[in-house]
Amino acid sequence: MTETKEIRYQGHLHELQKQLMGDYYAQLTAIATGKSDTKNAHLLIAGNPVELIRAFDMLPVFPEVNVLQLAVRKQSLPLIQKAEELGYAVDNCAYVKADVGLYLSGYQAPYGTIPKADLLLCNYVGCNVYLNWFEHLAELTGAPAVNIDIPFVRSADGEPSPGDVDFVVKQLEELIVQLENITGKSLDYKKLQRTVEYSALVGEMWAEIKDLTKRRPAPYDAYFDSVTMMAVLYCLRGTEEAVSFFEVARRELAEKAARGEGPLPEERFRVVIEGPPPWPFLRVFRDMFSRWGAVAVASTYSTVGGIWEFGFRHDPQRPLESIALHMLQYNLCNRTFLQRYDQMARYVDEWSADAVVIHSVKSCRLFSAGQGDMREYFVREREVPTLLIESDLEDPRYFSQAQLRNRIDAFFEALSQRRLTAASDAAVAAEAAR
Amino acid sequence: MTLASALPLAAVERYREIVEDRTFPTVREWRERTGRKVTGCFPVYAPIELAYAAGMLPVGLFGAGNQIEMAHADSRFQSFICSVVKSTLELAFIDRLGPFDALMFESICDPARNLASVMARNFPDRHVTYVHLPQNMTSPATVDYLTGEYRRVAGELGAVSGKAVGEEDLRSAIGAYNGLRARLRELYLLRALSPEKISTAELYTLARLATLTDPADSEPLILESVATARARESRPKDRVRVVLVGSFCEQPPLELIAAIEESGCYILDDDFLLGWRLFKRDIALEGDPFRALALAYIDGSVHLSTKHDLRQPRAASLIASARAHRADAVIFLGAKFCEPGLFDYALYRKALEHEGIPHLFLEFEEKMWMYDKIRTEVETFVESMLFT
Repeated sequence: MTETKEIRYQGHLHELQKQLMGDYYAQLTAIATGKSDTKNAHLLIAGNPVELIRAFDMLPVFPEVNVLQLAVRKQSLPLIQKAEELGYAVDNCAYVKADVGLYLSGYQAPYGTIPKADLLLCNYVGCNVYLNWFEHLAELTGAPAVNIDIPFVRSADGEPSPGDVDFVVKQLEELIVQLENITGKSLDYKKLQRTVEYSALVGEMWAEIKDLTKRRPAPYDAYFDSVTMMAVLYCLRGTEEAVSFFEVARRELAEKAARGEGPLPEERFRVVIEGPPPWPFLRVFRDMFSRWGAVAVASTYSTVGGIWEFGFRHDPQRPLESIALHMLQYNLCNRTFLQRYDQMARYVDEWSADAVVIHSVKSCRLFSAGQGDMREYFVREREVPTLLIESDLEDPRYFSQAQLRNRIDAFFEALSQRRLTAASDAAVAAEAAR
Repeated sequence: MTLASALPLAAVERYREIVEDRTFPTVREWRERTGRKVTGCFPVYAPIELAYAAGMLPVGLFGAGNQIEMAHADSRFQSFICSVVKSTLELAFIDRLGPFDALMFESICDPARNLASVMARNFPDRHVTYVHLPQNMTSPATVDYLTGEYRRVAGELGAVSGKAVGEEDLRSAIGAYNGLRARLRELYLLRALSPEKISTAELYTLARLATLTDPADSEPLILESVATARARESRPKDRVRVVLVGSFCEQPPLELIAAIEESGCYILDDDFLLGWRLFKRDIALEGDPFRALALAYIDGSVHLSTKHDLRQPRAASLIASARAHRADAVIFLGAKFCEPGLFDYALYRKALEHEGIPHLFLEFEEKMWMYDKIRTEVETFVESMLFT
């Protein structure tokens, strides 16, 4: 077992991300405090049309990113409780409650001030809570709201129908008219193509970065380190800054891979992690895996906002159609639960994983509902050791440190034992064959 | 089991046995009698007309209530997932869904969506169809999308039943359910005007029976029940008049509904079983029936927690209902872990407080069988309404 105190997770990439995100929140704060008249739209992470927002020189605001940062800073609970005082249930998504609490606190966060939305743009991509969330924000804030309906994948092959694509494109065209009204300017089509091209470039580099964790050792942790890159991927996609960031990220991580360096002194177990992280205890949670030399080589959470590793790229020649395809097909949330099994199975096979870890979070039922069946599938049908653990992504009350640690320790002890037994059996077989 | 021998209202106790029997006796009898196939429809907003047009019987699949012990589904769905999702899966595991050839799920919430996948994986021989109900009610493109979606679903069900759905088939199915829903509206109107003539437990049993039977059988039965109830000589009691919301998907046990009434309430309106009575008026029988059904969902359906129509806040609909029914109070009877319903409570509470309408929050699970606590809560609420 590795001593966690020796591990330093953060590097240059992290510093660069911090700087970019700091700049982004400074821009939002400038709007909120009346120092900038840039318009903004609140939208959601999974499969969104941020390229359109950027093409109008508007700023996107992502409530999910805002509230997860509150959780990381251990400031989510009072806001969650503030919402519960209004009648929100203990069983409601804590992201929503924290965001409601944040609004009621004047949108003042430690990392910046959030501007009230000029448009609440609910990209309904799989998650039904998204609809509730923005409906409540509309009611609370009085901001104009629109739902963009993204038909869920229903075909056996996972392909949307031409009618589905057409429906989304038409809604995007209607959205353009709304954005023109809000900003008072017409869509610059060339600018839209440019933002889509930036997304295509970022998608390409992100896919290459994800491919690097097929190496042994993986140069970074595809769960815990991915979140550093995901912040830029989501908040700044469609900008030149995002392209520059990913150029640096790709270079640094490729160099690390070439040097044979990983995030831990020794990579003993390669795991696929499913589910969002417990943001209020991210470091503690990571240490629980690191002490066993367990590194995530792939994660489903890193695909909530888009799946690029299997070939999808935005297309500047067909900007609206490719934005529509991204929303319909190439993000985790709008795909069926069984498509997620396939995605994870592919990770296990192609990224050479030893095990699957399912982190089930109470707040996000899109992710978690039915994960017991997922475990059944991997254990019984794929014969992949699978650990299912529970806590939450935002609400610290659901994180039971001792219990989680016991479960994780027991799982990796069993895996170690299995390895020893397999090695011993192999030695006996070799001896017998001699 | 046929309904022919049963007398309306007098036979409510017998109907009650039928609706609580998770071997689905009316459904098995219908299958044997007609030789046709059956689609189980998960609540809410299931386009049941499509199954009927395909020659199938659409049957409401509202979980197992408090009739079975959970032995398998608990290991598939976590403790924080609502009971109706788990007990519906459990019914499949214990082979109670034998009479169902197809299952229909809709995009009403995240667990329902994942249940469709889990069901399809574990029971690959039973067809699962998933309906994506749109949530953009203002786009002109939505009606075209939903028309296409209903055509797709009809195609899937037609492939299961062996009967392709033509426009005339669908028009006929819409007509059949227009008739049934008209009778259900009469039933609800009678209770709203004269709650002393028919209890909600009786009304609920009849409405629930309609989810388990062919509309050709249930429509005349409800018609006759309405006539029987209307003729009753009953004096109004000194009760609190309430509108009840929150139970649109998972259903409370009948004993719980009765307990709320017995604790001193007249329930004048509710959202039970709205999947079967979701349209406020008849669906048009002229023109393209798929489009008519789509338009009915977008513009003519009741406003529930799983339909997000930004044109009309749901809380406003609740207030309007409370006012229209001259209700003294609102009872929110929400299913435990039902996220859409629980989210709405926060909005309802704000609106009710703003309007000065007293309300009571109650939480239930379909599998509950002790009602003392809820009874006490309702009695206390009623007393506070009547005597303070």
